[in-house]
Formats: sequence, C-alpha cells, structure tokens
Amino acid sequence: MRETYSLEMRQIVKQFGTVLANDHVDFNCKPGEVHALLGENGAGKSTIMCMLSGVYRPTSGDIYIHGEKVKIRSPKDATKLGVGMVFQNFRLVQTLTAAENIVLGEKSSFWRGPKWMKSKAEEIDSIAKHFGLAFPVDRPIWQLSVGEQQRVEIVKTLYRGAEFIILDEPTSVLTPGEADQLFLTLEQMKAEGKTVILTTHKMKEVMAAADRISVMRKGRMIHTIDKADTNEKDLARLMVGSDFTPIEIKSRARPRGEVLLSVDNLDVYAEHGRKALNGLNLQVYKGEIVGVAGVAGNGQSELAEVLNGLCSWKRGRIAFNGNEIKSASVRGAIESGISHVPENRMKSGLAGSLGVVDNLLFKSYRTDDRSKFGFLKIRSNREWSQQLVEQFDVKTPGIDAPVRQLSGGNQQKLLFAREIDRKPELMVAVHPTQGLDVGATAGVHQLLHGLRDEGKSVLLISEDLEEVMQLSDRILIIYNGSIVGEMTQAEANRERIGMYMAGIRDNEEEAV
Amino acid sequence: MKEQPASGTLQLDPSASSVRRRLGFRFEIDPARKESPWWMTIVSVFLALVTCAIFIAANGKSPLVVYEKMFRGAFMTEFGITETLVKAIPLLLCGLGVAIAYRIAVWNIGAEGQFAAGAIGATAVTIYFPDLPMYATIPLMVVFAIVTGGVWGALTALPKMYFQVNELITSLMLNYVALLLLDYLVFGPWKDPKGFNFPGTPMFGAAQSLPVLGDTRLHLGLVFALVIVVLYWFTVKYTRWGYELRLIGANQDAARNAGINIKRHILIVMIASGAVAGIAGMSEVSGVTHRLMYGISPGYGYTAIIVAWIAKLNPFGLVVSSVLFGGLIVGGYSVQTLGLPSSISSMLQGAILFFLIAGNMVSKFRLRRNG
Repeated sequence: MRETYSLEMRQIVKQFGTVLANDHVDFNCKPGEVHALLGENGAGKSTIMCMLSGVYRPTSGDIYIHGEKVKIRSPKDATKLGVGMVFQNFRLVQTLTAAENIVLGEKSSFWRGPKWMKSKAEEIDSIAKHFGLAFPVDRPIWQLSVGEQQRVEIVKTLYRGAEFIILDEPTSVLTPGEADQLFLTLEQMKAEGKTVILTTHKMKEVMAAADRISVMRKGRMIHTIDKADTNEKDLARLMVGSDFTPIEIKSRARPRGEVLLSVDNLDVYAEHGRKALNGLNLQVYKGEIVGVAGVAGNGQSELAEVLNGLCSWKRGRIAFNGNEIKSASVRGAIESGISHVPENRMKSGLAGSLGVVDNLLFKSYRTDDRSKFGFLKIRSNREWSQQLVEQFDVKTPGIDAPVRQLSGGNQQKLLFAREIDRKPELMVAVHPTQGLDVGATAGVHQLLHGLRDEGKSVLLISEDLEEVMQLSDRILIIYNGSIVGEMTQAEANRERIGMYMAGIRDNEEEAV
Repeated sequence: MKEQPASGTLQLDPSASSVRRRLGFRFEIDPARKESPWWMTIVSVFLALVTCAIFIAANGKSPLVVYEKMFRGAFMTEFGITETLVKAIPLLLCGLGVAIAYRIAVWNIGAEGQFAAGAIGATAVTIYFPDLPMYATIPLMVVFAIVTGGVWGALTALPKMYFQVNELITSLMLNYVALLLLDYLVFGPWKDPKGFNFPGTPMFGAAQSLPVLGDTRLHLGLVFALVIVVLYWFTVKYTRWGYELRLIGANQDAARNAGINIKRHILIVMIASGAVAGIAGMSEVSGVTHRLMYGISPGYGYTAIIVAWIAKLNPFGLVVSSVLFGGLIVGGYSVQTLGLPSSISSMLQGAILFFLIAGNMVSKFRLRRNG
C-alpha cells in the first residue's frame, strides 16, 4: 500500500546532544487527509515536523514525497517540495502588514510598487476568503489578534503553493470558536486535495478534525490508526502510556464572600484608537474563581493589563477591596495584592537570562523581608528561593541557573511560586496552562483551587473553554470589549457559552 | 520554542545551501548561545597581535622586537607602569560610565563629551574660585564635574524618554557640542593671558591639582576609579537599584510588569554614566594636564567603549582591560624610538575590537559535517 502515501518518513532519528528526540519514527500521510499527530509535550511531535519542514535535519532516516526520496535541508527546500509549516510561535514581522509578510521572501518580482502590492494583496485576500480564512490584509501584524495572525501564517503556506500543511499545536492559541472555524477551513483544504498535519495534545480536537491519527510518546511512534477505529479513551491510553483518567476537581459550592473587585463601565482604548474595552462591568467576590471566556482579541489582554496597572482607562471605575483605584500603577496593583500570571511567561513574566532567585524577587524585592535600606538581603533571599523551589516542586539545576534553561512547565511553576507567595487577594491568570502538558496543567489547576480554598479570588482568563468550565465557579463571556453573558458552573454548557462568544445573545438569531 | 531543547540548532541562511553542499560541511547558529566563551578575549588579542605583525613586518621591522619593546615600555619600567596607569585612569572611568548604561541597553557613546563636560566643570572651579584651599577645591571640582557630566548625560536621556530619540545619535552629537564648547572656552574667555596664545587655561595651582604618588605622574584619580569599580560592583550585585538595573537589562517587558519605571531608570543611569565620565575629565585636568586645553582627550571616551566591551561590562574586567589599553598607548610611544609611528597602538586597538566582535559572532556558530 506504499503507493497511496503522498508523504513518508522512514526510521527518522534525531538526536540533540545526548537527548534522543526522535527514535526511529515512521510517519506517513495520504493525499487529502487531515492527519493528527497526537502526543504529550515533549513527545517529539514538533521535532519530527521541524525535520519535515527543514528546520532541523534528521540524524538518520529518509523522507519520501510522492514515492521519491528527498533531502530537505532548509525551509526553502521544504517550500519547494510543497511542505509548509505554521509554527506555534508565529514567524511574522510585527511591523509589516499581513500581505507584506506573506510576499516576504518572494523572489519573482524585483519592482514592488504600490500597484504590484495591491494586486498581491487582492490575490492573498481571495485565497484567504476561498479557504474561509479572512483577515485584514493591509493591517500591520501587531494590530491583529493571535487568531488572525495564525490565519496569516496558514495563508502564507497556501500562497506559496503548499501541498502539505503542518499546523503545530494550532489551537493552543485559539478559542473554541476560532478552533471550530479552523477545523471548517481544514475541510475546505482537504477538499482542495491538500494534506493537513496537525500536532496536538488535545483529544477532543483529534476526534473532531482528524481522519487518521498517529500517536507519539517519548520520541517513539506508538500507533497510527483511522479515526473510525478508535475512541478518546483508547487514544488517551496510547498517549499517556497507561490508563488515564482525567483529573476532576469538583468545584465546591460555598457561600459568596464580599465583593473584592468591582469594575464599572470601563472603557479602554488600545493602540490607534481601537476601543478594546467597551463599558465593561465585572464583579469578583472573595473566594471564587471567575472564568472569562471569549474569542481571542475581544479585550481579554486589555482587561488583564488594566487590572495590573499596565494600561490606563478612559472612562469607568475600578474598585478593589473597597478602595477606588484612581490611576494605572503597576506598583499600586502589586502592593494592593493583585497577582498576575501574564499571557506570555517568557515575554513579560520572567527574565530568561537571570537566575531563579532574581526571577522570584520580581515583585517582592521592595518589601522589608527581601531588602532593607535599599540593600538586598542576599542570604535570606537565597534561602527563601530554595524553599519556594522545593515547595512548588520546580525542577531546576540550581537556584542560580538561568530560567530559560527550565522547561515550560517548570517556568510556569516558578512564576506561580512567585505570585502565590505574595499571598495575593486576587490572581489574574491569563492562559495559565498554555503549552503545558497534562501533569503540569493539573498542577496549575490545583494551585488555583488552593488559592480559592484559602478565600482568595482568581480571575481566570483563558481561551481553553474546557479549562474555564472545569475550574470556574462563575463564567463570564467577553465579547467585543464587554461582558455579554454570565453563568454559574452548574448552568454552563458549551453551546450556550459558544453562542455568547460568537456574539449571539439568548433569543436572538443574528450576531450583534 | 518550548519544545526545542536548549541545545537545538537553527540553520543559517538557507540560500547558501548549494555552497554548503559542495563544501561538505555547514555552519549552524546555536540560538541558545548568547555569549562568547571567556577565552575568546584572549584569542582576539592574540589574533590582533598576529595581524598587526604583518604590517610591522611590511615596514621592515621585526614584530617580535616591536612587541617586546612595547611591552617593556608599558609594563617593565617604573616609568612605564605609572604612565600606563595614568592612561588607564580615564579609560577605566569612562569605561565604567558607558558600562553602566550598556547594562540597561542604553547605548551611550557620549563618554567623550561627558568627559569634556566634566573637565570644563572642574576647571570652572579654578577659574571662578581660584583662592580656595585644597581641601575645598578638590571636592568642589569633583562635584562640579559630576554635575556637568551628569547634565551632559541627561541631555541624552531626556529626548530618549520623551520623544524616543535614539541615544546613539544624541550622545554622539553632544560629543561635538561639548568639544566645541571646550574649544571656545580655551581659545576665548578662559585662555591664559600669559600663555603665549596657547589654547589653554592658566596652569592650576598646587591646591587645584590632585596629589601624586612620589615623583611620578600617578595621581589620586586612580583611587577615584577603583572606588567607583567597587561601588559599581556592589551596587549591581547587592542593592535594590542594582537589581532593577539587572532586570531591565534582562527583560524590559518583565521589568515593566514588576512595576519598574523604566524611563526614570534611563534618566538616572544616564546621569550616573555622564557623572562618572565627568569625574574622568576632572581627574585628567587636575591630575595630568593641570589645565584645560585644546585636545585634552585623545579619544578616551571612544576607546572606553572598547574597554567596556572587552570586559563584558564586568567592573573588575574593566580594570584589566583599561590597563591593557593604557599599556597599548604607552607602548605605542616607546616604539617611536624604533622609527615606527605611535599609531601602531591605534592599529592594535582597532584589530582587537575587530577580532572581538568577529569572535562574538563566530562563537554562535558551530561547524557541522553534512549528513
């Protein structure tokens, strides 16, 4: 049956130093299928896809495309062979427009006047619309939401004539609504004869979108199977290696405390006069986890920033713990007991080149426990750091090791250690489990529940609807900069939330 | 990048693939590597010596003889050693000044101007308060130098803070402003009336000159410099403010999230940077030239940038690198007796910088056999 495969990878081995990332992996695709590559973080999914797209070279093993043995030495080779990859971290130039990003690297035309650019923009726009991936082609990337940026990346591969489109953890940055939208476009690509490979560790997606499924574990290919012949439970077993039962943490029904945070009628303008928050109202009570669900780019980032004093507001009122907050101040937010787990931990949460101690000191170095008369208490800070590292089970080579050497899960644990040790009244956690594996995710969930059980509050802003539904006592849905729906955990169901997220209110047919 | 192991490699410039195929090996960039290894500095200095040897040999001199002469001239005699240290003082002070700015990624290349501003400030004391006793004059000169140097640094910081003006440009341009101001003063209002039209102020009196060691020219400025070395090291390592600087240097976004006012730090750091370079200017006029004069700095402020980079902004490394470069200048003088120009030392300085920067780049690469 070898002939039916349009793409084959045989006995691929990739070694990084002493780490065997891929151990004799076989992988193949049929034309016009959606092939899911399932595995936990670190199973080697990204590595093998990077070899297919020319980012890495295999230590040994062969790749065949349409039965012909090929050598993929660089991303350029891969493009020529019709392989396009959309990375988890997008490779886009922030200041260029979407269309400029897509034609970047194109060699065909030397002169690129406005007319040429316009025709290209139109061409790109029509490709995008054809596949249902519309985005504003003339806007610079930094103004686009993450979901839109991903579309730019996908259209880039399509524009370059990719036959094999690799999506690396595509939904990790998307909301369920956006993910569903993406899966619809996958159907369209399939209909056009494209082969789509998506790597993921979310079972639901696999079952929803894939035709065939390959499961990887610890650098090995475990099994490839048709979707019709399997179910979630089997896949979970294959992926984790033993019977796996998802951790259920029951939310405890408890009487509501007093109001901790109250936001009234808040307007926030983002860059270029875009209204990011639009008359937003929100209450958080003591001792509850409030989940904020919504499609990316509906004001979640701005909400987190404004609560942490990182951006100011035009209109409205914020009161925390009974005191009105007059103006945006990060110090003010820190001192009043608001913790922040930012969206992108390495970008704004941690300093990669500094050691564990320095990273733990971020928010507490001004307190008397950590410094006195302007001098850091070096010795006691080190002991304190050591203690936190042990308490939160952060695996690190040492407390002076640069944190960029830590794995994603341990970085996040470190961040949580810092934010929780401050005994916050309110924790604003944005996508706290993004990119973490099952174990680390469960750890983060337990930490959030622990906070709640101590009577603290959590504002969980996440695009993972499962997570929001599982963790939150109360769920708010944000759409277009305001809260459009609210429900308790008991009332919540995916469909209702999805309606709100799409901007469709109860008893209304049309989008608002 | 989450799933990429730390030792992962990214390929360099795919368009060169055909070349690589022919050569049978390829270069890859190692993204995990941010700094060159420590021995790269030594290798760079060595390669610079080898390269310059070619030019020396082309002039018909034996490179070994010339280097030996330079080394002896700079480090083997009492005169040489003290002179080397005299040159090292302004280099070390200016180097510390720029290093503190580079720590938070503010690219101050205006040490030359801040040096001149400090020299002018210190000299102003001698012009306007000529009769104060020494114990008042010297501290006052230092204070004036700190203020004028600091103001010169602030002039770079303020446009950056409020209008996002690139500090490379402002600090460089302010160098010319300061040097022209200095020229104006020594050719005009401050010119020594009894100086036979020499462009310089009247010679300083004993009360306005820094004490020297014995009958050498080695002056108290060395103590200033060493005190600042220790202060710099201590501040960065042990103080809250130093921690903030480290944080800003490592990740500005994260620093903002930690509630640090970055603009304010840019201002403070630029003032400190300018003030330290200003002290260098003060110690030069008060300790070496004993007057403000035309061409007071042979480019100390620029050489200091190299000195700071060679030391990788480490304060103790700066001591070593400034002495090395001081030695180069002094060694350059001593080869003049062999019939070579003293600009040999400039050539060596340039070559060292060249190899150092190249080494920094090269150490990110790894050579791989094509497989």
